[in-house]
Amino acid sequence: MRDTTGAQAVLTSATAAVRANRAFDVARRFSVSNPIAAAAAAFIVIVALAGVFADLITPYGPLEVDYDYIWDSPSPGHVFGTDALGRDVLSRIIHGTRVSLRVAVISVAISKLVGLAWGVMSGYLGGRFDLVSQRFLDVLISFPGVILAMLLLVALGTGMMTVIIAIAVTGIAGTTRVIRSVTLSVRETVFVEAARALGASPLRIMIRHVTPQTIAPLLVLVSASLGSAIFAEAALSFLGMGIPPPAPSWGNILGGTLQQSFKPPWWLALFPGMAITFTILALNLFGDGLRDFLDPKLRGRLD
Amino acid sequence: MRQYTLRRLFLAVPTVLGVTLIIFIAMRVLPGDPVEAMFSGELGTLTVTDEEKRTLKESLGLHEPLAIQYLSWIRDILKGDFGTSFWRPEPIREVFERRAPITGQMALLSILFSWMIGLPVGIFSAVRRNSLMDYVSRFFVTLFMAIPSFLIGIMIVTVGVIFFTWRPPITIEYFWNDPVHNLQITVIPAIVLGLALGAILARMTRATVLEVFREDYVRTSRAKGLREQTVVWRHVLKNALLPVITVSGLHLASLLGGSVAVEVALGVPGLGRTLIQAMDERDWMLIQNLVLLYAAVFIFVNLAIDLAYAWIDPRIRYE
Repeated sequence: MRDTTGAQAVLTSATAAVRANRAFDVARRFSVSNPIAAAAAAFIVIVALAGVFADLITPYGPLEVDYDYIWDSPSPGHVFGTDALGRDVLSRIIHGTRVSLRVAVISVAISKLVGLAWGVMSGYLGGRFDLVSQRFLDVLISFPGVILAMLLLVALGTGMMTVIIAIAVTGIAGTTRVIRSVTLSVRETVFVEAARALGASPLRIMIRHVTPQTIAPLLVLVSASLGSAIFAEAALSFLGMGIPPPAPSWGNILGGTLQQSFKPPWWLALFPGMAITFTILALNLFGDGLRDFLDPKLRGRLD
Repeated sequence: MRQYTLRRLFLAVPTVLGVTLIIFIAMRVLPGDPVEAMFSGELGTLTVTDEEKRTLKESLGLHEPLAIQYLSWIRDILKGDFGTSFWRPEPIREVFERRAPITGQMALLSILFSWMIGLPVGIFSAVRRNSLMDYVSRFFVTLFMAIPSFLIGIMIVTVGVIFFTWRPPITIEYFWNDPVHNLQITVIPAIVLGLALGAILARMTRATVLEVFREDYVRTSRAKGLREQTVVWRHVLKNALLPVITVSGLHLASLLGGSVAVEVALGVPGLGRTLIQAMDERDWMLIQNLVLLYAAVFIFVNLAIDLAYAWIDPRIRYE
């Protein structure tokens, strides 16, 4: 008995090693074929780590108020300056990373999962379900994204959770459309037909045979959507409809510029703006690289 | 063509109805009662008794069943009556008439501007593929696709105020009354929005032009000895630009969404700022009709572009 578990442990550690090796190999091939995208990925990892370890690396607390340094322009003590309450902007941006990335990651996860399930079902089952879904998606897609998110936030009230939901909803329609069209082509393949002939249930075919084929386009969508989710959070919070104060997010730090319109504090615009821009830029570059890497047919088409 | 037009118009009706339903659910069903929701926020010293709330609800027709409320809203819209703002005794229709020209002008100018940058840059980039200028233009395209447009707006105001003691005027003036004042309001947001859209267009133009370069008819026209210039202008651009211009209609959604934040950043007296103010004050009738207006503009512009495209390219009609 003990022997078999030991053997199993060896076996699993061996497969784990093989898997890790393979992942490493894929990462290596990816970085060789597209060094810019790899650098972008490294940047995203650094930003994410800064968010995770925000407490350790920030000079001040994100909510630490200091009335002696209100609207202070950048100085050695406060490298990125301070805001209306004398809070350190650098510390707030680093802590804001945590909030902004969390909102983006969770909302994208929700919208992609819902879009995946919905798109596969709509494409594979077809019929009345598909027809009704299509009309419903037409409606969802008729709202400019940010405006739909604002409408939902008015309905649900502001807060981190409602911001996540609002941004997720705006991403569902597009994802469902893409996944549905992929499913429509996969549905006609021989292996799906074979599975059907062997008596596999529709549910099993959708999960085991169709879904794996949608992973590559889904991954490309994920990296593009992360960028637009960060943009959406920034825009909503800037407008005062996103992450409620005092919690810092990149968008609501930017919103601070509106409070001082006669002498706008440029550091409140420039630094969080750079954080937003570079993160979206890195995600876009990584997404482009990922698309080229996953779909060799597309390679050369866009560059 | 007529059949296609009718079919598309017919399909737009349930979409618009669906939009009204979603707006109605978001504004009247989810938050419970709009009057309660409105007074749950901070209202300063204003206190409202239950009795006042009740008379208020009755005067607004909020005591009726939801279905009746919905139908009477639709009926009013069809009659061209958008109701009145809750906080200001002003017909919403007048707010639209006053502010829509500004936002509309801004949107049109930004689309024009995006074509003016996006198309030439994209074409140049594709024709001179992998040249130094191609790399430079792709660098800027990638950069401007990542910068949120309202951020550029904030930077412009900041620089304007700090260095030039100038800020965009915040009062409404129409082009036909005072062009200088009017352009000061609309041109800067149009450029800001146009930069983002122009970057997307440039990228798309480049990709489409490169794709058309691979077509058989391009090879044929080169093989029969046409000058490269003729090939590019007569065969490639003619086929590549139409889809690009069509697709730019789809980006109208991001333009409309982005214009709200840009209006706030630059203090443009347009519909976007009204929307934000209405949402702050939970002025629900104004929000309902304004969101509907944005969605309806988007739906009908796209419909018009689709129809124009089907008219120009008959292949579309039979799909």
